[in-house]
Amino acid sequence: MENINTTIATSEKKDKFLEVLSTLDFTTENPTFLQHRITSQNELNELDFPTSKTEYWKYTRVGKIVNNTYTLGQPEKIDVSDFLIPNLDAQVLVIINGHVVADLSDFTSVDGVTLTSLSHAKKQNFEGLKKHFNQFTQDKKEIFLAFNNAFHTDGIYLEVAKNKIIEKPLHIINITTGNNTISQSRNLFLANVGSQVKIIESFVNVNGEKNFNNHVSELIISENAIMEYNKIQDKKETNFSIVTEQVYQEANSNFTINTATFNGALVRNNLNIEVDASNCETNLNGLYLGKNKDHIDNHTVVDHKKPHCNSNEIYRGVLDNESTGVFNGKVFVRPNAQKTNAFQQNNNILLTDNATVNSKPELEIYADDVKCSHGSTTGQIDEEAIFYLQSRGISKKGALKLMINAFAKDALERISIEALQAYIDNKIEERFI
Amino acid sequence: MIKIKNLHANIDGKEILKGINLEVKAGEVHAIMGPNGSGKSTLSSVLAGREEFEVTEGSVEFDGKDLLDLAPEDRAREGLFLAFQYPIEIPGVSNINFLKTAINEKRAYLNQEPVSAKEFLGMVKEKSALVELDAKLANRSVNEGFSGGEKKRNEIFQMAMLTPKLAILDETDSGLDIDALRIVANGVNKLKSPNNATIVITHYQRLLDYIIPDFVHVLYDGKIVKSGSKDLALELEEKGYDWIKNESPL
Repeated sequence: MENINTTIATSEKKDKFLEVLSTLDFTTENPTFLQHRITSQNELNELDFPTSKTEYWKYTRVGKIVNNTYTLGQPEKIDVSDFLIPNLDAQVLVIINGHVVADLSDFTSVDGVTLTSLSHAKKQNFEGLKKHFNQFTQDKKEIFLAFNNAFHTDGIYLEVAKNKIIEKPLHIINITTGNNTISQSRNLFLANVGSQVKIIESFVNVNGEKNFNNHVSELIISENAIMEYNKIQDKKETNFSIVTEQVYQEANSNFTINTATFNGALVRNNLNIEVDASNCETNLNGLYLGKNKDHIDNHTVVDHKKPHCNSNEIYRGVLDNESTGVFNGKVFVRPNAQKTNAFQQNNNILLTDNATVNSKPELEIYADDVKCSHGSTTGQIDEEAIFYLQSRGISKKGALKLMINAFAKDALERISIEALQAYIDNKIEERFI
Repeated sequence: MIKIKNLHANIDGKEILKGINLEVKAGEVHAIMGPNGSGKSTLSSVLAGREEFEVTEGSVEFDGKDLLDLAPEDRAREGLFLAFQYPIEIPGVSNINFLKTAINEKRAYLNQEPVSAKEFLGMVKEKSALVELDAKLANRSVNEGFSGGEKKRNEIFQMAMLTPKLAILDETDSGLDIDALRIVANGVNKLKSPNNATIVITHYQRLLDYIIPDFVHVLYDGKIVKSGSKDLALELEEKGYDWIKNESPL
């Protein structure tokens, strides 16, 4: 009986979501892409919001998100200057509530680079988009992903031509506004053979509480290409985000993702990296800083399918007050993937007795000639070290700051954009004043 | 420089220091010797401000100020330095960065200008040479992966950088081979001036061959039971601590 009741309750919640989202009009969309939406809408019939019994969501209850009643977020014009990164020369693109706002963006066209809104790219029916859109996000049996597949509004389409090296980083400012708004932004980044690109995406909020952004990015790194994707999540402690990255790596490619999460009532990152060819390098690093009642969850999957690849993963968390951190990192090494080197580590510092971390590093290895390691630590700041620093004249606060900074900064040292590194270091420092 | 009067201290309700009296003047070197468990390290911990120890009685005046009233960092800023028996490893915090922070916090406390990058680097170069500390170590994380000898040299390097009025060397000789001992002692001697003072805490007389004390005190069961010149250390070495224990009225 109880099970049936739960099912009814969650499907009612789903219906409420569908009711709001189905007012979006996609009838003018290119039929190829419209068909994707319809497929995913059908898929949604079979899916329900996760409960405490859903393994994938074991440590993150989505009640806060799914019990809320939303209205659709609308495009707006707002001042984005606060979100620019000092001393960074970048192409700036602005998404507001799932809509690309061209007036606020600041970019010049560059030879060999297609940079536009996803909706425009769909109209143009670009080859790269047609080939890769929804290629790895369909049929994953994940309700939030399916919602985005079916009802995403807009986002950024980036395609870098063969052998093109983009000097200027791309900075996407992805903003939510308003109380109880829902938005579903969507990006696709395609680095063609031999190309190189660096992307920054800031997920931020202006005014408003309890808004929910369900974002998906698809990232395709072709042969010999290099992509660095840096993600800053700073939407304040009143808003909800679920972000899914679906990454696909081809031979000899190099992909780095750095995720810095500074707060959030509920943040869930689903990072799925498929390494489907040899000689790839993958770096996935994260830092999460929780305070008050923040809840920050990182689920990562690196799927090594072919031999001779390296992956390095470091996620670090500092949890203050009553905040919660979740780390679940899975590394698969398939039977074919001999000579894989996979390294995974999660370290956490709890600043109070009421802060919590659930850390679950997982390795599933089906090949026999591999080097894999994983580890997880959770502890408190070493009081002896604090005293040592104090005995040299550093205040207790200063000592704490020095130690937390060292711990936190270490996780994101792979950021190659100096201005961004300084910006993030500064944000970490501000946090622990 | 420092006047310790009738100092009593507890840890977990157990009395360890039972009435210490000691005065150290500028320009002097005092050695405090004593068997294990006599309270030597407790004394240094209490002076440096470790929270686990509760002072139940007595006073400590440091350069005219009530030392016990100051937070550990303020004691350091006022010019107290403790060279740890077991220096702490702090992964990720660079030796240089931490020392610069320490110097600048001290300078801010004393209403002085922060140290310039050039001045600071000059100091690092000069002071690390003093204890023959490889410049590479200065750039590494604090004590991380340092050998026992390197850790102790790093303590003296920090002391040289922070130019304290009073340095307390807590068993600095423990675990050092003779070469490291000579280097450490040499560093300490070079830093000696008429304006500063040193308290050397040690179990063995050996260190005192290199750092010649003006006074030697014997700590036993939480009290100073005997004081004398440097010859006292030699006498102790010869007769052993049982001599003191037997003489002690306990």
